[in-house]
Parts: sequence; C-alpha cells; structure tokens
Amino acid sequence: MAEATVGVGGLKYDHKKRYRPPELNVFLALILIVGVFELLGQMLPYMNGQSFLFDTQGRFGSIFNEARLQIIILQVAIIGIIALGVTQVIITGGIDLSSGSIVGATAMIAMSFAQVAEVNGNPHTRAVFFEQGWLDLPVLIPVLVGLACGLLAGLVNGVLVAYTRIPPFIATLGMMVAARGVAKWWTKGQPVSFPTESYAAIGSGMMPVYIFIGLAVLFYLIMRHTVYGKHTYAIGSNMDAARMSGINVQRHLTLVYTIAGGLAAIAAIVLSSKNLTAQAGMGVMYELDAIAMAVIGGISLQGGRGSIIGTCLGALIFGVIISGFTFLRLDAYYQEMAKGAIIVGAVVLDQWRQRRAANRM
Amino acid sequence: MSEYILETRNLTKHYGGVHALEEASFAIRKGEHVAIMGDNGAGKSTFVRQITGVERPTRGEIHFDGQKVEFAGPIEAREAGIEAVFQTLALADHLDVPDNLFLGREKTKWNWLGPFRRLDYKAMHADTLAALEKTGVKIPSIRNTIQYMSGGQRQCVAIARTATFHSKLTIMDEPTAALGVQETAQVENIVRTLKEQGEPLILISHNMRQVMDLCDRIVVFRRGRICANLIAKDVTGEEVVAYITGAKTQPDYSVEGAV
Ligand SMILES: Nc1ncnc2c1ncn2[C@@H]1O[C@H](COP(=O)(O)OP(=O)(O)O)[C@@H](O)[C@H]1O
Ligand SMILES: [Mg+2]
Repeated sequence: MAEATVGVGGLKYDHKKRYRPPELNVFLALILIVGVFELLGQMLPYMNGQSFLFDTQGRFGSIFNEARLQIIILQVAIIGIIALGVTQVIITGGIDLSSGSIVGATAMIAMSFAQVAEVNGNPHTRAVFFEQGWLDLPVLIPVLVGLACGLLAGLVNGVLVAYTRIPPFIATLGMMVAARGVAKWWTKGQPVSFPTESYAAIGSGMMPVYIFIGLAVLFYLIMRHTVYGKHTYAIGSNMDAARMSGINVQRHLTLVYTIAGGLAAIAAIVLSSKNLTAQAGMGVMYELDAIAMAVIGGISLQGGRGSIIGTCLGALIFGVIISGFTFLRLDAYYQEMAKGAIIVGAVVLDQWRQRRAANRM
Repeated sequence: MSEYILETRNLTKHYGGVHALEEASFAIRKGEHVAIMGDNGAGKSTFVRQITGVERPTRGEIHFDGQKVEFAGPIEAREAGIEAVFQTLALADHLDVPDNLFLGREKTKWNWLGPFRRLDYKAMHADTLAALEKTGVKIPSIRNTIQYMSGGQRQCVAIARTATFHSKLTIMDEPTAALGVQETAQVENIVRTLKEQGEPLILISHNMRQVMDLCDRIVVFRRGRICANLIAKDVTGEEVVAYITGAKTQPDYSVEGAV
C-alpha cells in the first residue's frame, strides 16, 4: 500500500484513515437537516413548492435565499456568543447555568449607563441615573460597566467551583437565581430604554453576527493554540493528571468561568443594544439554548472533548431548525419539542460514537 | 554537599485514622538505584506522594540535594528535579502524545501573552519523537489521542515524559505492573539507560527478578513502616519475601546499616 507509512517504532500506520474529525459529523448533520427542510418545502402540499435554501424569485444576487441565511445566523449570533463561553466551561467538565441571568442583569446595568438625556426634545426623566445626570455618556462606559458585571459574576462562579468544590451545577444555579434577582432589583422591575446612538449601533443590523464571528475566531485560536486552551482540555480530560502535571487547576477554572461570564456580558450588551431596551426578564433560558448548541456541536458533557468549530456548527443547526419550523409555518410549540429531542439525540449519538470508536481500535 | 540526593527523616502521613506511613527514614545516594518493595497497602505510593509534593506529610523532614525542602505542590518538586511516574498514570486521555509529554510545561512562543501564550507545536512534536526514540516504544501515531492506547503504550508515554526532562531523581511507581513481557523489557531498558547515565532512581515493583536485576538496594515497607534495608546482591529472593510478609524482621533497621 502506497499510503501506509510507518509510525513511531515501526508500526504500520495508514495516515489517510487516521481520523475523521467529529466536527465533520456535525457538519453532515447540518447539511442533512437543511436538506430535509428543502425537501419538505418541495413536497408538502400547502407549501406550493417553496425552496428553503434557494432564491427562486430572483430576489438576490446569488442562487441562495440570502434573507433566510441572514436570519438564520442573526437569530443565533447572540446566544452563540454565550455558547462560546459555555463550551469552554463544559470542556473543563463543568456546566454554567447562570449565563441567561447574567445576560439579564448585565443588560439592565449596562443599559442604564447608556441612556440619552432627551427623548423627543423632552428631558428623559425616567432614566435610571436622571438625578445623577449620568446621561449621554460615551459608549465606552456602559460597555466597560457591562463587561465588569459579567466578569465579576463569572469570577464568583469560578471561585465557588474551584475553591469550595461545590458542584458547578449548584454554584451556577445559585448565580442563576441571584443574578436574575439583581436584574429585577436594579430598577424595581422597570425596563430601561432609549440608549444613545452609539450604544444602539453595537447591535444594529448584522453587527451581532460580526461580533459573534470575531469572537468565535478568537476563541478558536485560543482553544487550539494557547496554553490556556490546552489546560482547559487537560482539566476536563483528567483533573488529577492536570494537577499532578503542575497545572494550577483552581486558578485555571476560575479563569474559565470568568471568561464565560465576560462572554455572557458581551451578549447582553449586543442584545440590549439590538432591542434598544433592557428588561429584567431578558435572557431567560438562554443558558439552556447555549448548552444545547454546544452539545449539538459535539461538546462532551463529560469534559475534555469538543471544539469551538463544533459549537458554531451546533449554533447553525439550531438556527436552521428555528427557521425551518417558521418556514414550514409550524407552531412554536413543535419547535421546542423538536429542540428537546435534538438535544437528547445529540448526546445519545455522541455516546454511541464513542463506543463505536472504542470498538474499532 | 551531602552524598545523598534524597533523604527523609521520620516521614509520616496519616489520612484521618489511617496511618499510611509511619516514621519513614529513607536515603538514596546519587547514581543509586533503590527498589521499594512491600505488600499492597504497605504505604509505598503514599511515600511517593509525600516526596513529590502531591501531598503534604503529617510529620517529618525531606532533604533533597543537600537542602531541606517543603514542596507546596508537584510543580515545585518537579522544578527542584524530581520526576515521577505515578501508579495511576497522570495522563489526559483526550490529548495526544506530545500534549501529554509536555503537559504543564509546554514549549511556548509569545510568552508576553501570559496564559494565552502560543503553543510551539513544532518543537514539542520534534522533542516527542526524540524522546520516544530513546524508549523504543511502538506508537502508531503520536498525533492520536492516547485514549485507546494500550497500557504499555501509555506507560511508555509516561516514562518518556520523565526521560525527556533531565531530572536529579526519577521515581517510578509500579511501572510494569500492567505490562506484557516485551513492554516490560522496554521499560527495563530505559531504567538501564538511566543507570548508565548515573541518574538515581526509586523503583517500586513487585517483580523480584526485575528488582534484583536493576537495583543496588532494596528497601522493604510493611504496614506503613520501613522494615528492612538490603543490598540486592547480598540477599536472595526468598529472604526479601520473608521481610515483605513479616516472617523475618530487621529490628535495628537503619539507613547507615545497609548503605
Ligand atoms: N487518600 C487516602 N485516604 C485514606 N487512606 C488512604 C489514602 N491513600 C492511601 N490510603 C491508605 O493508605 C494505605 C497505604 O496505601 P498505598 O500507599 O497506596 O499502598 P501501596 O502503594 O504500598 O500499595 C492503604 O491502607 C490505603 O488504603
Ligand atoms: Mg501503590
């Protein structure tokens, strides 16, 4: 065999058969799901042969239905940002249930530093900091305040998980409840609205998508090419080994949870800017959607396995499913049921794949 | 300067009520290969965990390379020059061979980035190949995760790890317990290389032939205490076994006695 080359110690080894990255399977699943929606669009009688993916009416420059593609990615971009952090937490073998509440609290607090002084020519008396006169502040201030909130919440999560040895599920559950409390307490339940133009620009148009893609590339590089990434995988793979190898596991876990909190804060800023308002109920259930994206993308809940690319593909699958159900004009109820089934299905599939890989060797 | 690379005085470790290690006074010379033998639960691994900084001893002193040391963690012990292959291998399943070899002391670039400094995969890859060359281990591809490797291959990765970083003292806790004949021979070859290079070694093993072959001295642990200290070429296997089972005792055990 021409391709069979020799490994260390003279063992025969076929590099071509080396391995199929798990992301490839996720990608194939994505194609499959798109295909199913395309097919259903053609076949279901009430759909009149509409296409899910392609531009059949010559509305766009390319053959694709660009509007739909944009919507698919736009509606997952913000939760996708959260999922980037959740992915890292899950790779360490942990879980973060607090990100949705951190979004709520951060959005409220950041937004209150981003309010305008005048609405329609009248003083904005309902602004949170009207009396203090903290209005029309430069955009950097709400952004930094928001980031600080998220990082602080993440830091608390991290310290609890790393130093008190509370299970991550419990520690972040506590933060989930507490941060939601902060979100409600901040304005006694009142929404915070009318941001400055520069704050509103952060989440306008396709900005959420660009921010998501930028962060995804950044964290792909970090997870793949830096000591931080390697240690994150090592801790999730075998915490004792990581410790014995001299990794400061506690400090590292704290850092991972802090970064996850920071990413939730970025999502909060983008979301509140996009909606031009912040409400205490913002981000409810986002943590579960983010976890679902990661799991669908092949991140193992046992830790040690998965990648940012997987999560991005998971996010896309998520977006395709939501869009697909809308496209087929199915009720949102079915959407949620299907989402649940897909999450469980992804985990089952992953475990099955693991067993099969073990048998093949 | 002391002639000993490592010396412990009355080293003691209690886990709650369990007296796993009691008053262990042990010494190993530079260049010497010492075997530690003893029944399961005799306290051998506990002893290793104390001198490698994985745990803090309840009592007692450790002197390494002429200085009293109190390692706060395994990194410190390793930085001081103690390399250990632990009984429960300290390997991460989902990482590949170079990643495991360099775990915790990666070769990096752009170090100003702190925790986000860049991994130098190329250099680590090359060094891994060189290290494995030395051990003669057979591994199909070092880029595969070690998850599905055989016990022997994993052990060799762990041993290659200690061989890569020139240490002042190497410790191996039952390195061949799970290995086949050929793999055991490979590990023994590595041990001989260490001997030729004059690197001291503490070898924990149940394999009498191996110990007689590779070691200068045998220290026997029994119920958390050191109960015998024997020159390998002066004793027979039966005698050693008698000490391990407690059939024979060496009442006035002392380091100086046998050294
Ligand atoms: N972390 C621990 N907590 C409680 N008891 C322990 C712990 N580690 C070891 N022991 C006990 O200490 C004794 C010595 O164990 P160990 O050093 O592993 O023995 P050996 O390596 O000689 O087989 C055993 O009785 C074991 O059960
Ligand atoms: Mg042991």
